[in-house]
Amino acid sequence: MFPADPAARRSVLSGFGRSTRSAATLVEVDERELPAAIKSLPARGGIMRGLGRSYGDPAQNGGGHVLRLRSGPDAMVLDPAAGTLTASAGVSIDDVLRHVVPRGWFVPVTPGTRFVTVGGAIASDIHGKNHHRDGSFGNHVRRLRLMQADTTVVEVGPDRDAELFWATVGGMGLTGVILDATFDLLPIETSRIAVDVYRCDHLDDVMSEMVASEHDVRYSVAWIDLLARGPRLGRGVLTNGGHATIEQLGPDAAADPLAYDADQVVTVPPLVPPMGVINRLSVSAFNEAWFRKAPRRRVGDVQRIPTYFHPLDLVGDWNRVYGRDGFVQYQFVVPNDAVEVLRTIIERLAAARLPIFMTVLKRFGPGNPAPLSFPLAGWQLAVDIGVRHRSVAPLLRGFDDLVLGAGGRHYLAKDATLTAEQFRRGYPRLDEWRAVRDRVDPAGVWASDQSRRLGLTG
Amino acid sequence: MQNALHEPQTVVLFGGTSEIGRAIASELIAPATRTLVLAVRHPDDAHPETFERDGLDVVVERFDATETDTHDAFVRRLAAAHGDLDVAIIAFGQLGDQAEFDAEPARAAEVLTVNYTGAVVVGLAVGGQMRRQGHGRLVVLSSVAGERTRAANHVYGSSKAGLDAFAQGLGDALRPHGVQVTAVRPGFVHTRMTRGMRAAPFATTPRVVGELAADGVRAGRHTVWTPSVLRYVFMVLRHLPRRVFRRLPLG
Ligand SMILES: Cc1cc2nc3c(=O)[nH]c(=O)nc-3n(C[C@H](O)[C@H](O)[C@H](O)COP(=O)(O)OP(=O)(O)OC[C@H]3O[C@@H](n4cnc5c(N)ncnc54)[C@H](O)[C@@H]3O)c2cc1C
Ligand SMILES: NC(=O)c1ccc[n+]([C@@H]2O[C@H](COP(=O)([O-])OP(=O)(O)OC[C@H]3O[C@@H](n4cnc5c(N)ncnc54)[C@H](OP(=O)(O)O)[C@@H]3O)[C@@H](O)[C@H]2O)c1
Repeated sequence: MFPADPAARRSVLSGFGRSTRSAATLVEVDERELPAAIKSLPARGGIMRGLGRSYGDPAQNGGGHVLRLRSGPDAMVLDPAAGTLTASAGVSIDDVLRHVVPRGWFVPVTPGTRFVTVGGAIASDIHGKNHHRDGSFGNHVRRLRLMQADTTVVEVGPDRDAELFWATVGGMGLTGVILDATFDLLPIETSRIAVDVYRCDHLDDVMSEMVASEHDVRYSVAWIDLLARGPRLGRGVLTNGGHATIEQLGPDAAADPLAYDADQVVTVPPLVPPMGVINRLSVSAFNEAWFRKAPRRRVGDVQRIPTYFHPLDLVGDWNRVYGRDGFVQYQFVVPNDAVEVLRTIIERLAAARLPIFMTVLKRFGPGNPAPLSFPLAGWQLAVDIGVRHRSVAPLLRGFDDLVLGAGGRHYLAKDATLTAEQFRRGYPRLDEWRAVRDRVDPAGVWASDQSRRLGLTG
Repeated sequence: MQNALHEPQTVVLFGGTSEIGRAIASELIAPATRTLVLAVRHPDDAHPETFERDGLDVVVERFDATETDTHDAFVRRLAAAHGDLDVAIIAFGQLGDQAEFDAEPARAAEVLTVNYTGAVVVGLAVGGQMRRQGHGRLVVLSSVAGERTRAANHVYGSSKAGLDAFAQGLGDALRPHGVQVTAVRPGFVHTRMTRGMRAAPFATTPRVVGELAADGVRAGRHTVWTPSVLRYVFMVLRHLPRRVFRRLPLG
C-alpha cells in the first residue's frame, strides 16, 4: 500500500489558512518522471501542488496523490528582444524576480507574496495591485506546455487551442500539469517603487480617492480598518505606486538602480499583531497604530519591491497567529453597480467586532476569457478571519448571498467554505469549462479536495 | 470534505434513533451539509422529518449493529452513494439489566455484541473508508461507566471500557491519515436508556452532550467528558481505593 518510491510519502496537507486538512501521498517528480507518476495515480486521482499558498483545499487531494514539480531556479530563459520569460512551472515568482529585476524587467502580475509558483499563478489566474490596468496573470501568458491526463504534452496559448488554454488559466490544476510557460515581462528602469500614500477617514473617501486616481497609477490597493465604526467606518490607507524612474531615486540608489535583494532585512513596522493575542482589543490597538502611522498624504515615497509588494514575506510564519483552527481569507468581487453590497458587508463586519487586521480593498478592471477566472470589473475585498469564532459561519453565509445575488463571486485560490451550489452561481460558465475538461480528462484523473467539494469534478 | 468552518457535507449516524446521537448530529449539521444518513434497526422509527430542511437530504437506512459481517459493505455502499463520509457518529448501545445477566448469563451476549463487537466492526469499516478518503471525523459514544466499572452495571461498563480503549487506539492509528476520532464519555443522561432510573450525580441532557461533543469534535479533541466536570471527578474516582469506591452512592 505504501509506495516504494522514496520520493513519495504520506503527508497531512492543508492550505495557507491551515483550516483544511487531509492526508495524501506526496510525490516529487521532474518532467521526465511525470508520465510514470500520472500512470500510477490511484482511483482518487492526483493534483498538482505548487508552494501551497492557496488558502483552502485546491492543492490537496485526500486519499489520492499530490504531485510537486521539481525544477531548479535555473529553469528560466529570458528573451530580452521579445520581452518574455520562459519558466518552468515549478519556478517561483521569487526565483523569477531575482533573475529578471537586475536585468531590467518585472513580472506582469505579482501577488502579495513572492512564494507562489508560475504553475500556481496560471492555475489560479492570479491578480495583483495592477489588475484595473493590466488584468490578471493569464492575460500575459503567450504559450504554455501542458501534460494531459494521457501523458501527452500539448502546447497551447491564446492563439493555439484557445479553449484549452483558457480552461487551464484559472483551471486549478484540473486540466493537466502545466510544465512551463512563456509570459510577457514589464521593462523597468529601476527596482524601486514610487509610492503615494493617502490616509482617509471614511470608506467613502477611500473609495472615491481610489476611483479618482486609478487611471493615473499602475498599482493601487487600500487597507481598511474593520474595527472602526460610525463616522470612521471603513477608514483606511490607500497606497498607489508605480515603477520609479532613475530621476526619482536618491544618489545612493541611482548608483545601482536595478539592485534587488529580497532577503535584505528591511525595517518594517509590525505588520501582524503578536502571536497568541489576536483578540478584539489587541487588534483594535494594532489597527489604530497602523492607521495613525500612515501620513495623511505623502507622494513619491521611494520603496523597495519587497516592502511595497511582499511585506508579509518579511514576517515568518505569520499564518500561525490564528492558532490551531487556522483562518480563512474571505475574498469576493462585486460589479461596480453593486457597490452597496460592498458597503453593507463592510458595515456588518465592523458591527461584528471581529479581530480583523488583514484587509485588502481593490478595484478590478474587466475579466479575461477564462471561464473560471475570478476577476470581473468592480470592487474586490479580501479579509482574513480566524475560524475559531462561532459567529463567523453565519456571517459569511449572509455575505455569500449578498455577493452572489449581486452577480459577484469568490476567488477559488482563497475559497475554503463554498458549497457546490454557491460556486455554480458565481461561475455561470462552469459548463463551458467542464466540456473542455471532459475532453482532456475523460477519466477524471485530476481531482482535489476543492474540486470534489465544489462539484468541479466527479 | 468538511469546509474550513468545520461544516461537514455528509453526516452518518449509526443508531439513528439514539437521543444523544441525534443531539450531536443536530449540532454538527451546518448550512453546507447536504446529506444526513440515519442508520437504524427499525426504519419506521427514524423520524427523518425532525431534521428536514431545504438542501439537506435525510436518508434512512436499515442497519443492525449485530449483523457485523454486513458492516463493511454497508459503509462502502454509503460512500458510493453519498461521496466522502465527513462525520460518522457511532451512537447505538444497550444498557441491559445486570440482574438479568446474573440470572441468565447468555443474555449479556447481545449487549456485548452491540456495544463492543458491533461498534468495533463499524468503527473499523468507517475508519477504513476515512483512511481511503484521507480525512474524516469519527465520534464514538463511550461512557464514564467504562472509566471505572461498577458493581451495578459491570457488563455494560466493561463493554464501554473496551470500546473506549478501541477508540483511543484507532484515533492514534488514523491520525497520520488525516482522520480524527473523538470518544465521548457521558455521565448519566436523561434519555430513553435511563428512563425510570434514579439520576446519578451530574446528570445532564442530550442537548448538553450534543453541544459539548460537537465543540470537542471541532476542536479536534480525542476525548470529551459530558458534562465537562466529570473529567475532574474521574481524575479522583479513578484512583480511589477499591473499598472506598465500592461504597460510593453512584446510582
Ligand atoms: C500572503 C499571500 C498573499 C497573496 N496575495 C495574492 C494576490 O494578491 N493576488 C492573488 O491572485 N493571489 C494571492 N495569493 C494567492 C496565491 O497567489 C495563489 O493561491 C497561488 O495559486 C499560489 O500559488 P502556489 O504555487 O502556492 O500554488 P498552490 O497553492 O500550491 O496551488 C494552487 C492551484 O494551482 C494548481 N497548480 C500548481 N502548480 C500547477 C502546475 N504546475 N500545473 C497545473 N496546476 C498547478 C494547484 O493544483 C492548485 O489548484 C496570496 C497568497 C498568500 C499566501
Ligand atoms: N443515556 C445515558 O445515560 C448514557 C450515558 C453514557 C453513555 N451512553 C451511550 O450513548 C449512546 C446513546 O444512548 P442514548 O442515551 O441516546 O440512548 P437511546 O436513545 O436508547 O439510544 C440507543 C440506541 O441504540 C440503538 N440500538 C440498540 N441496539 C441496536 C442494534 N442492535 N442495532 C442498531 N441500533 C441499536 C437503539 O435503536 P432502537 O431505536 O432500534 O432501539 C437506539 O437508537 C449509547 O451508546 C449509550 O451507551 C448513554
